[in-house]
Amino acid sequence: MIKVNGEHRRVAAGTSVAGLVQEIGFDPARVAVERNLAIVPRSTLAEVQVEDGDDYEIVHFVGGG
Amino acid sequence: MNVQTQIEADSWSVAGRSFTSRLIVGTGKYKSLEENAAAVAASGAEIVTVAVRRVNVSDPSAPMLTDYIDPSQVTYLPNTAGCFSAEEAIRTLRLAREAGGWSLVKLEVLAEAKTLYPDMIETVRATELLSKEGFEVMVYCTDDPIMARRCEDAGAVAVMPLGAPIGSGLGVQNPVTIRLIVEGAKVPVLVDAGVGTASDAAAAMELGCDGVLMNTAIAEAKNPVLMAQAMKAAVEAGRLAYRAGRMAKRRYADPSSPLAGLI
Repeated sequence: MIKVNGEHRRVAAGTSVAGLVQEIGFDPARVAVERNLAIVPRSTLAEVQVEDGDDYEIVHFVGGG
Repeated sequence: MNVQTQIEADSWSVAGRSFTSRLIVGTGKYKSLEENAAAVAASGAEIVTVAVRRVNVSDPSAPMLTDYIDPSQVTYLPNTAGCFSAEEAIRTLRLAREAGGWSLVKLEVLAEAKTLYPDMIETVRATELLSKEGFEVMVYCTDDPIMARRCEDAGAVAVMPLGAPIGSGLGVQNPVTIRLIVEGAKVPVLVDAGVGTASDAAAAMELGCDGVLMNTAIAEAKNPVLMAQAMKAAVEAGRLAYRAGRMAKRRYADPSSPLAGLI
């Protein structure tokens, strides 16, 4: 079990962070990912494996002042 | 004839990037992304502020800002609006740098919801930390010349004093201190927040500011696209008037026609 943007979620073992982003429905090239409070650089999204208990924040740009 | 008839190009630059437009617009509060994009186009802005927020996990197919305002055509300036501590702001901007791939950002550390006034102690602290991490920080600050200098000393690449509280539309409340900030700063000064209508933007530019940043004045106008065009004209007019150098004020009348030769 992991947490994504505050919500619990299950993913298959061996899923990469890039895979997680795609599974949620977003393009890894257009988001930023924080894993357990540390940024996961975009260049390593496909290499870093999701681990049980991970806490993710996945963000992007939206309209704002 | 020695009259200058051509208006020279008049660009400004921040952190080594040069811009022609002196109007920066926000992308919040619009009725739709279409209206937002049309207003940005009408404003002529080359920089737009954007927020960093969680992706909507329950609706990944929702339209995205980047589909309507192309980040390769317009510079996205990530903002920390909604952050109330240096740590929150720094965390947000680290994510923004990763999402966008650039380090030019806008820092805004707020003190309270009622006034949305910046917390300058936290703001200066965050400016220093972010600058050390390689960010180029444009800093939202109070209209206080000493605080503006503190931001600059902490590494700000631009200082952005408020004209009036965010979203208030009250216009520049303190022209005296804005002018003092302009006189003292070695980095660009942009009035950020408080503009309500075109004359407010022109007034800010006439004080010698390098630019104006606004969101609500355009987004909450009855016709945002028309107001965006008005703001573009106002910023240009204010800038030209500043460069031209206004006449001195007199207490009494002074005739425009010659007195000699009166019948």
